[in-house]
Amino acid sequence: MKENQKTYWKGIEQLSNDADFVKKNESEFPEYLPISETGGESSNRRDFLKLMGFGIAAASLAACEAPVRKAIPYLNKPVDVDPSVPNYYASTYVNGGDAVSVVVKTREGRPIKVEGNKYSTISKGGTSAQVEASVLSLYDKERLTGPLKDGAEIDWASLDREVTAKLTEIAAKGGQIRIVSNTVLSPTTKKAIGEFIAKYPTAQHVSYDAVSAYGITEGNKRSFGESMIPSYDFSKAKTIVSVGADFLGTWISPIEFSKQYATTRKINEHHREMSRHYHFESNLSLTGSNADYRTPITPAQVGSVVAAMYNAIATKAGQAKVSGGNAGDVAHLTAAANELWATRGKSLVVCGSNDPAVQVLINGINAMLGNYGTTIDTSAPVHYRQGDDAAMSTLAKDLNGGRISAVIFFNCNPLYNSAEASALTAGVAKASLTVSTSDRMDETASAVQYVAPDHHYLEQWNDAELRAGHLSLTQPTIAPLFSTRQAPESFLKWAGQTVEYYTYLQNNWKDTYFTMQGDVSNFQTFWDKSLYDGVVEFGGTTKDYSYDFAAASTAATSVAQNYKTEGSGLQLALYQKVGLGDGSQANNPWLQEMPDPITKATWDNYLTISMAHANELGITMKEGVTELVSLTVGGETVEVPALVQPGQAEGTVGLAVGYGRTKAGKVADALGVNAYPFMTKLNGANTMDVLAGVSVAATGKEYRIAQTQTHQTYMGRENVIQEATLDEYKQDTGAGRWHPHVYKDGEFVKPSKITLWSGHEYGNHHWALTIDMNSCTGCSACTVACQAENNIPVVGKQEVLNRREMAWIRIDRYYSAANPAGNKKELEEASANPEVTFQPMMCQHCNNAPCETVCPVAATTHSTEGLNQMTYNRCIGTRYCANNCPYKVRRFNWFKYHDNKQFDMNMAMNNDLGKMVLNPDVTVRARGVMEKCSMCVQRIQAGKLAAKREGRRPVDGEINMACASACPSDAITFGDLNDPHSKISQLLQIEEKKVGEKATERVVNEDRAYHVLEELNVNPNVWYMTKIRNKVKESTEA
Amino acid sequence: MVAKTTIVRYATACLLVCCFVFSGKQVFAQRDAVPTDPEIISQGEQLFSEYQCNTCHKVESKLVGPALAGVYDRREIDWIYKWVKNSQALVAAGDAQAVALFNEFNKVPMAPYDLEDAQILSIMAYVRNVEENPPAQDTAVAADGSGAAAGGSGVPSSYLNIIVAALVVVLILILVVLVIIIGVLKRYLQDKEGLSEADEDVVNEGFSLVAFVKSPTVIGIITFLVIALAAKNVIDGLYTVGVQQGYQPEQPIAFSHKIHAGDYEIACQYCHTGVEIGKSANIPSVNICMNCHSFIKTDSPEIQKLYAAQESGKPIEWVRIHNLPDLAYFNHSQHVKVGGIECQTCHGEIQEMAVVKQHAPLTMGWCIDCHRNTSLNTQGNGYYDKLVELHNNNSGTPMKVADIGGLECAKCHY
Repeated sequence: MKENQKTYWKGIEQLSNDADFVKKNESEFPEYLPISETGGESSNRRDFLKLMGFGIAAASLAACEAPVRKAIPYLNKPVDVDPSVPNYYASTYVNGGDAVSVVVKTREGRPIKVEGNKYSTISKGGTSAQVEASVLSLYDKERLTGPLKDGAEIDWASLDREVTAKLTEIAAKGGQIRIVSNTVLSPTTKKAIGEFIAKYPTAQHVSYDAVSAYGITEGNKRSFGESMIPSYDFSKAKTIVSVGADFLGTWISPIEFSKQYATTRKINEHHREMSRHYHFESNLSLTGSNADYRTPITPAQVGSVVAAMYNAIATKAGQAKVSGGNAGDVAHLTAAANELWATRGKSLVVCGSNDPAVQVLINGINAMLGNYGTTIDTSAPVHYRQGDDAAMSTLAKDLNGGRISAVIFFNCNPLYNSAEASALTAGVAKASLTVSTSDRMDETASAVQYVAPDHHYLEQWNDAELRAGHLSLTQPTIAPLFSTRQAPESFLKWAGQTVEYYTYLQNNWKDTYFTMQGDVSNFQTFWDKSLYDGVVEFGGTTKDYSYDFAAASTAATSVAQNYKTEGSGLQLALYQKVGLGDGSQANNPWLQEMPDPITKATWDNYLTISMAHANELGITMKEGVTELVSLTVGGETVEVPALVQPGQAEGTVGLAVGYGRTKAGKVADALGVNAYPFMTKLNGANTMDVLAGVSVAATGKEYRIAQTQTHQTYMGRENVIQEATLDEYKQDTGAGRWHPHVYKDGEFVKPSKITLWSGHEYGNHHWALTIDMNSCTGCSACTVACQAENNIPVVGKQEVLNRREMAWIRIDRYYSAANPAGNKKELEEASANPEVTFQPMMCQHCNNAPCETVCPVAATTHSTEGLNQMTYNRCIGTRYCANNCPYKVRRFNWFKYHDNKQFDMNMAMNNDLGKMVLNPDVTVRARGVMEKCSMCVQRIQAGKLAAKREGRRPVDGEINMACASACPSDAITFGDLNDPHSKISQLLQIEEKKVGEKATERVVNEDRAYHVLEELNVNPNVWYMTKIRNKVKESTEA
Repeated sequence: MVAKTTIVRYATACLLVCCFVFSGKQVFAQRDAVPTDPEIISQGEQLFSEYQCNTCHKVESKLVGPALAGVYDRREIDWIYKWVKNSQALVAAGDAQAVALFNEFNKVPMAPYDLEDAQILSIMAYVRNVEENPPAQDTAVAADGSGAAAGGSGVPSSYLNIIVAALVVVLILILVVLVIIIGVLKRYLQDKEGLSEADEDVVNEGFSLVAFVKSPTVIGIITFLVIALAAKNVIDGLYTVGVQQGYQPEQPIAFSHKIHAGDYEIACQYCHTGVEIGKSANIPSVNICMNCHSFIKTDSPEIQKLYAAQESGKPIEWVRIHNLPDLAYFNHSQHVKVGGIECQTCHGEIQEMAVVKQHAPLTMGWCIDCHRNTSLNTQGNGYYDKLVELHNNNSGTPMKVADIGGLECAKCHY
């Protein structure tokens, strides 16, 4: 730690060393915690007597004969379903324009867990928090149980009859019909819609995306003459420049990009190279926090920064410069341009702006750098965003003008999440037929006449073309829970076809894709294999595009007009949260309680403001206690809590979309404010950047945001993060490592030389975990995966405020800056643009575990395989173990979270439908017991048993923890240290050294590997790898 | 799993076949074509149990299908091959023998089996071996099984009782002798003149029952005994809370394991399909019952309940007998497939139970005892090779479950 003089902090209160905060954190539980369950009345003698009476009654009841329990077998057991044996099915997660190939684990015919499909060349087995959480949405009580007419139940036959009659009548009169949807990825669904249009020729299909990428498709149209989004390959890029594109969190295809990006961040002593990532943005995003160099810029600066970069590259490439591009002094801009040029052909510039003009310039930069054909592939365009903002505007106008007679909203909620929401709300009543296929009575469904609810994706047959030539099949993993019907089948019905959608899908595949391949001659074989694999790929068509430089100068003129840095006032940058995305899964409590990777806030959206801005407004924020501010945008005013966000660009505020739902369901309704109405238009595209007309005023009303960041603290032991720069690493692979020494008998020795414990022998397995902090992007897919796998309860906002969140794996997010902050001014400087490090933290499974020694009832013990075991039925809840845990990873069940009306939001444990998602192999914990990461012991046991049944040792990779398998950047590696060929042994470069006659000592030769808090010599089985930043030491300060 | 010997005994049957009917009419005398090589016989025995031939066939007597003994005398071997591979194809082709056989056995088709000719021959070798060398009756193993199940205490309880009874007898004898000695001494003193005062007291001592009962010693002893007895009962009672050993509820259908597993010797796995693959052994679904009961005992009112379930679409609600608390994880395949434990070890002599009852206490102590005392079945299982080697280096005793972490909390609780 000698050279690393940085200050690390988790929240502003820690950085400023607030006296109150320090005092509270010295004690295990802060004093302000409400002790009483109800918060108000304290218990009295009567309650005591009542409780005692109940206790006696309960005890005598327990002594009676146990209740009769039934064992109900199948009537006719399906061949492939064996009770207690899981089945896995390849399928595809589809939510609007997002699609990920997945493998669904089912037990007794119930899907209980979603994992990534390793056969997919796009996501390569990675998932995201939203994908992991989607299985809970299947069991959402708020889903519609059947079709509705004007809010009353109706049967499908009547609905079909009435809708078809009305459609026919409208079509006969020449009335206009519109199908409105989000991006449709399924070619077969598109075909079905095509049949519908063929039947009703006045029908048109309009698609939109809540968070539009129309600017990119339109920009490509202007640059190359083709509306499309190309494939990006970050893995081939040595220099990555992003202007506001959160490609690891929310932009286009984040799982795919995380996989690719992570490959450029993996280093070892033989490969001491990594990509360099420059990032320019307003809000501190997940991607920005991973960048080597991040520069905060305002949305109004985006135009000039892009133009300046264009000109810098054009100068080197010998192309004509464009007008504008006077960016002024933007840190790292020149360096970025120089490096891009130096690595041309192996670089990539992306931009999150939805302004077509800006995207034209970005295309120009990439074209001049020769990135097309290397890091950008136009021959395999992706289909994730096909929304047409212009068509949507026209639709809103036509609807209000009474020019549209029928509108069908297909799996979309434009009355909430489109830029035209207010216009559509006003106009929808003017159509004579309105239909929605929403799965719940959402904002759109409650405004239409007929609701024909669609299946959840886990209940349906479908396909999806993720990018040209890359198909992924969706197969049902459960029979439809309710009387719902697949929307494309509805379209076929209304078009007069009686074919089942499954048959229709198969026929389409027989006619189209079966004929495109030559490997298999029998369709059934082809179909079965495609279903088994989940994915099918065909070669893309190669098409040469040439960049139209004339378009660049037109675009530059537009950019120069629209982006004026001088005199621009406060600007608002809307963004999507990594967890909640566009808000379509808002009623999913796992996503609501997942701490945002950056702000670590749960259950809310808020206005992110900079430290300087907060000082200006007189707002101080301490442990989530903040103030409401009134935000005015173009005449509309809302009150929203302010959150002081380090790294927020001066002159900007940020607000997340996806909140402020009114009709999503019990969990999501009334959380936060709806930011969609603040979207504006620029060059015909909806933009998330509000460049003018924004003002913020303090209200003085106190508000508490449920943040988790400061709940568990290491009391200033800062060596938990060990980091170095790439240059240092090239010199010394142990750079950044801190080797603690302890004074003993006149000399300094390694902490491992002094111990009270005699150690453990691991003859069978030795399970361990490594976490590469260089690859971890902080995306939090692991936290939700863990929640789903291990039946972790959701506790709700109030309990998070009480510091009682239950997550077994948390991602600690540390800010760091070069200088410590003493006064207000220094505080502002330190938090202007800090570096960020993510550290996933779970039970470290210490070999010398401090928790084990203090448990009075031996409820937590060590196994012969290296696991720190937690036995719930033995635990009496003294919480000594949690007190003694240096990593603060133990969680106490303060309440009974299941079958408890007070925890209604804990949907997976409080109603029969929700309970179907529980993992039957993991106990649902009772009140009053401690719990923590078990290293997915149920998976270890199942994997060992499978091997034993086959009379062999488990194969490396066969057993994997839920977090490691979810990780889209392969930062977490789980394995057996006793297996010298396992990936983890190779990663850690394990060497068995003989010490004495019999005993061997295991030596970890990887220099980057370290234990958090090594000086305590608790000797964990979890290893961390140092964070390496590809930046030059001198320029740490922006 | 039915005890080993019983398997061996009835393992005789064999799915191949069915045959004969034309007794003596055609004798092919191909017995000699059936090999007697022990290796082939053991291969046949393995196939016989693997394919669960015994569900429908015995060697010496009829079951669902014909007895297998002598099948090689009655039929041509090539015909047997065809029949086993696809009996219905033969029937459909109008083969006279096949049709006659099919009709004789109530038109119950024999399922087609994907076996090689050599494999079928090996099963016949096994049948021939059983026919020519009938296994000796052996009941010792069943007793063995229950002995192992009790596990734990080293001395059988009957010995303890005898020792206690002997001790009591000896004590009573000593008491009687002492009383006699006192009487003799007293009489001697009475006969003597000029006794000292102390001796006089002894001789004239009166016995007052009231005084005796009221004496603090007696009250103390009685109080102690009452409290101790009460405490013991309470503690014993508390230990049995939730323990349902002997639980024998009435089931919706009077299914008898004695008939199925005992008399007909149907392998347990035939119905309990999950026992080697999963956590749960599985209560059979109605379609499994219907494999046989679509034609066997169709008139029985109990069997009628199966048809009723089939028609109404309502599954049968059996009363669950073996209830483990949710916090304990138990996996059948670990014990049966990997460990090779007999079903009877935990479930008792199930083949003799007309109504099933819970044999074992299913308490944690009972689990732990077994894990302490049971040697691991590691033969031929590559998973254990290294562990056995390590264990043998350090110890001379066989490797128990407890030696490889079988007592750790997270083996069952997570």
